Amino acid sequence: MAQPLQNRTQFDSGSSMQLSERKRGLASEIWKHRKQYLAISPFYILFAVFGLFPILFSMYLSFQRWDGIGVMTYNGLNNYQFMVTDPEFWKAVGNTILIWIYSSIPMLFFALIIAFLLNASFTRFRTFFRIGYFLPNVTSLVAVAIVFSTVFSNNYGLLNYFLSLFGLSPVEWLNKTWGIQLAVSVMVIWRWVGYNAIIYLAGLQSIPTVLYEAAKIDGATGIQSFFRITIPNLRPIILFTVITSTIGGMQIFTESQVLVGNDGGVSGGGLTIVLYLYREAFVNNYFGYGSAVGWGMFILIALFSVFNWRIVQGGGAKDE
Amino acid sequence: MVKRKSALLLYLGLIIGLVVSVFPFYWLAVMATRTTAEIYSFPPKFWFGTHFISNITRVFDNVDFFGAFLNSLFVASCSTLLVLFFDSLAGFTFAKFSFPGKKWLFVLLLATMMAPSQLSLVPSFVIMAKFGWVGSFKALIIPGMANAFGIFWIRQYAQEAVPSELLDAGRIDGCGYFRLYWNVAIPILRPALSFLGAFTFIGSWNDYLWPLIILNDESKFTLQVALSSLNGIYVTDYAMVVAGTLLAVIPLIVLFLFVSKQFISDIAAGAIKS
Repeated sequence: MAQPLQNRTQFDSGSSMQLSERKRGLASEIWKHRKQYLAISPFYILFAVFGLFPILFSMYLSFQRWDGIGVMTYNGLNNYQFMVTDPEFWKAVGNTILIWIYSSIPMLFFALIIAFLLNASFTRFRTFFRIGYFLPNVTSLVAVAIVFSTVFSNNYGLLNYFLSLFGLSPVEWLNKTWGIQLAVSVMVIWRWVGYNAIIYLAGLQSIPTVLYEAAKIDGATGIQSFFRITIPNLRPIILFTVITSTIGGMQIFTESQVLVGNDGGVSGGGLTIVLYLYREAFVNNYFGYGSAVGWGMFILIALFSVFNWRIVQGGGAKDE
Repeated sequence: MVKRKSALLLYLGLIIGLVVSVFPFYWLAVMATRTTAEIYSFPPKFWFGTHFISNITRVFDNVDFFGAFLNSLFVASCSTLLVLFFDSLAGFTFAKFSFPGKKWLFVLLLATMMAPSQLSLVPSFVIMAKFGWVGSFKALIIPGMANAFGIFWIRQYAQEAVPSELLDAGRIDGCGYFRLYWNVAIPILRPALSFLGAFTFIGSWNDYLWPLIILNDESKFTLQVALSSLNGIYVTDYAMVVAGTLLAVIPLIVLFLFVSKQFISDIAAGAIKS
C-alpha cells in the first residue's frame, strides 16, 4: 500500500525538479539575452507611460468632473450623457463626416488618375512629376491653411476673382457652413492627392505585366483588363488608402482651427470632432468631459473603419 | 497618330495636376513680396512685388521668428536623433537576434500602432503636468523617441540587408553586442535610417496640435505655433503673416528636395508592406 504513494512522491519530486530546471533554463536564457531586452525596452517603457497609461487614465477621467486644477469629483455617466445630448457634439460629428466625404472621394479619384498617367509606359520625367505631386504633403498644415485662407477669402480672394471673370458675384466662402467645409476639404485634397497617387503608382507597378499580356492574347479590351486585372490587384492598396484617409479625416483639426478659429467659424461649419475636443478640454478646461469626447471619437472611428472595410471588401465579393 | 494624341492628353493631365500642386507655393511667394492692400486687390497680382524685405523685417520685429525657428530646429533634430538611435537599436535586435518571447513582443509592438492618439490627448497633458513638463520641449521629444513604425521599418530592412555571416565574423573578432550594432549594422542600415530620419524630422517640424497644447510661453513657441499666433493677431498685416509663412516653409522644402527621390519610393514601399 505504501509503494504507490512512494512512487507518486518520487514522480512528483521528479516533475517539480524538471519544472524548476526548465524555469531556471528560461531564466538563464532571459539573463543571457539581457542586452537584447535592454535594447528593445525603451519602446515598451515609453508606450506604457505615454500610450497605455493615458488610455486607461482617460477612461477614469471620463467619469470625473475636473477643470485640471481643482478637486476631481465623480460624475458618473454625466459626461457621456451630456455628450450625446449636446447638439454641438453632433454638429462636429456631422461636419467631420461631411468634410471626410467631400475630401476623400475626389482625393482618391484624382490620385488614381494621376497614378495611371504616371504609370503609362511612355511617360517621361516621372521622377520630376512625382516630386512635384508630393511636395504639398511635406508642407505644414498651418502654412497651407494660411495660404488657402487668401484663396477662399470672403471679399477679395483668388476664388472670387475667378468667379468675377465669369461674371459671377463673389461668395462669402468663410461665412457659410458649406464654404468653410469646402475650403477645408480642398486643403485636404491638395495635400494628400500626391501621397495617395504615389502609393497607387507603386501598387500598379507591382502588378505583373504578364497578366496584361495574357489578357491581350485572350482578346480582352483595355477596359476589361482594367476592371478584371487592375482593380482586383489594386484592392488591398485601395483598402489601405481608404483606411488611412478615414483615420486622417476623423482627426482633422489644424486646417479648421487656423482657418476659422476655435469655434469653427461664423456658422460653426469648421467645427470638427478634434477641434471640439480641443476647445472643451483645453480652452474651456473641461478635462473630464474632454476625455469622454475622446472615447466617443474612438468609438466613431472604430465603427467607421469597420463600415469602410465592409464596403471595400463587399465590393470585392460581388466582382469575383 | 492616335498614340501621339493620347500622349499629348496624358501630359496635359499631368501638367494640369502639377500646376495645381505647385501653384499655392508660387502664390505664397508672390504674396510675400506684396503689401496687404495688394494681396487683397482686384485683379490680384500674379507677379512678384517689391515689398519682401519690408515684410520680412516686420516679421522679425513683431515675433521672435528666429527664436521660433531655432526651437523648431532643436525639437525636430533631437526627436530625429533619438528616434534613429532607439528605433534602429530595437529594429536591428528584432531582425537579427532570437530571444524568448520575441515573436510575442513584436506582435505587441505592431498592435500598439492601432492605439488612437487623440484618445489620450487630455490624460497625456495631465501626465505632462505631473512631470512638470508643460511648457518644456521634453514633452515634445521624449514620448515619441521610440516608435513602433520606425522599429518595424528598420527591422524589415535589417532582415534582408544585414548578413548574419557578417555578424558572426564580427563576433569572432570579439565585437560585443553594442559594437555589432554600431560598427556593423549602422553603416549598412544607412538608407533606411535616412528615410526614417527625414520622415521624423518633417513630422516633428510640422507638428501643431501637441505643441499648441504644451507650449504656453511665447519664447518656447515652435514655428508652427508662432505662425498660427501671428495669423491670429495680425489680421490687418497679412503681408507680414504670409512672409513669415514663406520663411517657415522654405527649409523643409529644401530638405525634401534633397531626399525626395528615395523618400517618395520609401513612402510607397512602406504603404505596400503594411
